[in-house]
Amino acid sequence: MSDSPQNTPLSAGIVAHRLSAEAYHANFADVQPPLDGHEARVAADRCYFCHDAPCMTACPTSIDIPLFIRQIATGTPDAAAKTIFSQNILGGMCARVCPTEQLCEEVCVREVAEGKPVEIGRLQRFATDTLMAKGVHPFTRAAATGKKIAVVGAGPAGLACAHRLAMKGHAVTIYEARSKPGGLNEYGIATYKTPENFAMREVEWLLKIGGITLKTGVTLGKDVALDSLQADFDAVFLGIGLGGVNALHAAGEDLEGVRNAVDFIAELRQIADKSALAIGRDVVVIGGGMTAVDAAVQSKLLGANTVTMVYRRGKDRMSASAYEQDHATGAGVRIIYGAAPVRVLGQGHVEAVEFAYTHEGPKGLEMGESFTLKADQVFKAIGQTLAAAPIARDGAKLVTHSGRVWAGGDCAAGGEDLTVTAVAEGRDAAEAIHASLMA
Amino acid sequence: MANLTTTFIGIKSPNPFWLASAPPTDKEYNVRRAFEAGWGGVVWKTLGSEGPPVVNVNGPRYGAIWGADRRLLGLNNIELITDRPLEVNLREIKSVKRDYKDRALVISLMVPCDEESWKDILHRIEDTEADGVELNFGCPHGMAERGMGSAVGQVPEYIEMVTRWVKQHSRMPCIVKLTPNISDIRKPAEAAKRGGADAVSLINTINSITSVNLDDFSPEPMIDGKGTHGGYCGPAVKPIALNMVAEIARSEATRGLPISGIGGITTWRDAAEFMALGAGNVQVCTAAMTYGFKVVQEMISGLSDYMDDKGMRSTDQLIGRAVPNVTDWQFLNLNYVAKAHINQDDCIKCGRCYAACEDTSHQAIAMSADRTFTVKDDECVACNLCVNVCPVQDCITMVALPKGETDARTGRKVGDYANWTTHPNNPSVSVAE
Repeated sequence: MSDSPQNTPLSAGIVAHRLSAEAYHANFADVQPPLDGHEARVAADRCYFCHDAPCMTACPTSIDIPLFIRQIATGTPDAAAKTIFSQNILGGMCARVCPTEQLCEEVCVREVAEGKPVEIGRLQRFATDTLMAKGVHPFTRAAATGKKIAVVGAGPAGLACAHRLAMKGHAVTIYEARSKPGGLNEYGIATYKTPENFAMREVEWLLKIGGITLKTGVTLGKDVALDSLQADFDAVFLGIGLGGVNALHAAGEDLEGVRNAVDFIAELRQIADKSALAIGRDVVVIGGGMTAVDAAVQSKLLGANTVTMVYRRGKDRMSASAYEQDHATGAGVRIIYGAAPVRVLGQGHVEAVEFAYTHEGPKGLEMGESFTLKADQVFKAIGQTLAAAPIARDGAKLVTHSGRVWAGGDCAAGGEDLTVTAVAEGRDAAEAIHASLMA
Repeated sequence: MANLTTTFIGIKSPNPFWLASAPPTDKEYNVRRAFEAGWGGVVWKTLGSEGPPVVNVNGPRYGAIWGADRRLLGLNNIELITDRPLEVNLREIKSVKRDYKDRALVISLMVPCDEESWKDILHRIEDTEADGVELNFGCPHGMAERGMGSAVGQVPEYIEMVTRWVKQHSRMPCIVKLTPNISDIRKPAEAAKRGGADAVSLINTINSITSVNLDDFSPEPMIDGKGTHGGYCGPAVKPIALNMVAEIARSEATRGLPISGIGGITTWRDAAEFMALGAGNVQVCTAAMTYGFKVVQEMISGLSDYMDDKGMRSTDQLIGRAVPNVTDWQFLNLNYVAKAHINQDDCIKCGRCYAACEDTSHQAIAMSADRTFTVKDDECVACNLCVNVCPVQDCITMVALPKGETDARTGRKVGDYANWTTHPNNPSVSVAE
């Protein structure tokens, strides 16, 4: 048969084409289909329009959730979208990637009362999709202020900052190191959460505000210096994210077949034909965050025979939410809790990973009995780090430098590493910059 | 199991659930299906005079309002009386009645307001062996423009006159169907009684425009860009109907006049409420039009279970049971004092009670930093708004203060029954002194 794949999940080594074309298509389609108009009205009707609503408090961008849901319920999704975008210009992406089960939906009174929250994330997607599908931008710029601001990094923080500044009438130039804008929205989020090139479409839509010049392929510290930005602009915002990846500090880490999960996820996002991406037969993912889950689940979706995620602490300490963990196990990923890598085994190419079970001791984690997992591919997902330290950081979310440099998003050590937090910090930095420049 | 058999103005039916005169009862095919499904009786859709039948519009006849999940809450219609030839209806009625002798079959009538017309139609239906007639003085749309339906029902003198003709020219039991599109429902009921009616049935539909098309600027349902008012029915009209039934049941002039209750009856509970307020049976239309004839089975089992629970063996023990407790405002006990109480275990902390009380009532609910909501007894007037807006049933309840206890709001002790007629603030009390 011409449509049978060249390989199967059992084919040895790191190979492509393990599944049929239909299987790839289905595996990387929208993980949660959008609500249709009637479903949205029914879902919206479940909202109690709480006084001083807990969901709104839980949202890092403080979206007026009861209001936008009521606007959906009354048949005005465009108005709902404006309510969302006025607080969070990346409300479309956040509707897809926010861990709502740990934020708004966790504190929804209906979650507390009956274990079934109002579907805030899906309703937000319904509203934002409806407005964005019209291809119009809902905001207009204020009169030009004559002020120029440089934004470094076109990720969620930088984009949110740039949009808010442009709205206030400032002229913004964004410098982005990669070839495409979007940051982790474009390179770091599971493919099935943002199908149909959504991240790119969202940036294009956002830029319709006007007043923003985007320069890609420009790296801070290499192609442009912070000093020159300070000289050329009235203010600078740094939203450069985390360029480095933490090392395992285990022997054999440099064997062939061992890779950073973020690079794998980025490659998968950018490759048009998912069947052409090679994946191991036995994949081991080391880590317990969203990146680890995204790498593990997508390994399975690419046709890996076994995928095992290993996290050094217990289930309750894992930063991936219970929802994400269930999603992973539902996709066929095995999760081992309380085990840390000791060394990577193999001759030139990885063949197995030796782990040791851990337990909490008086001085932190202590290693116990060891075991070995067969592996021909290993993904490291144990956290990211700031690649360089171009600015003095004092632990605050917004760091000022010479009084004219602001920072936000992952690089500002917020510690939450969420898209929605980055948006909030970018937006708030823009407000602070505006207040400072117009004072 | 409780006996649901009812005898209403001498007409026996195995249960009190009749289908009202309306589209579901327009022809033999439907009525046979209804009887097979278990309906106790049927009021055949209104017949007009001999001659060319009326015509209906060929566009939408119904408008509606819905809840979020398209649950039909209210329906309105602009359909007229039967548009089928009189002799066809009469033949079918006779055929159905012959096969369903245990069921009630009443014929609804609407003819021009002259004695000859009524005499003629009564003569023509005699042969059908139907159990009775219902005079349609209710429909508010279309026929009213031609001096029939609610045009008669809005003039008590006409009701009395036509009812008298019917009783004079027919031996059949006669029910007068009343329109709610009047200011005081007791007046037409009294007129019907004076004319010799055996019973009244109510309510017919309420004049209404269900919605306006905001693109074409026409009422819905829209016929070629225009709309007209139609008769409103369904769950939304039930509270209006209940009050009108109760007014007739408790009024001195009409007390004891049999009532067939109509208006938004959708479940057994609705039916039980109408009966408790004095209805000897009930008539249903919208529920059947929404869900089909099978709904009667839930009504039968529900009413039967309820009566068993209450130890009632026949419908007589339910009918009218709540009538003595319907009173005027002036007789309500002003010394009855209650306070809202929020059950903290059931509270889901949505804060709706707080928003409602703080913004629109008596500022009698306190909200703490951790979202605990508590009632301030010294401010609470027991208005019940918090109970009604709370999404959790029975989370907030009204607790009556026992006699002798001090009301924290007024500082006065709860005393014996006393009403407005003896209250010092009542000007007519001072006049009497």
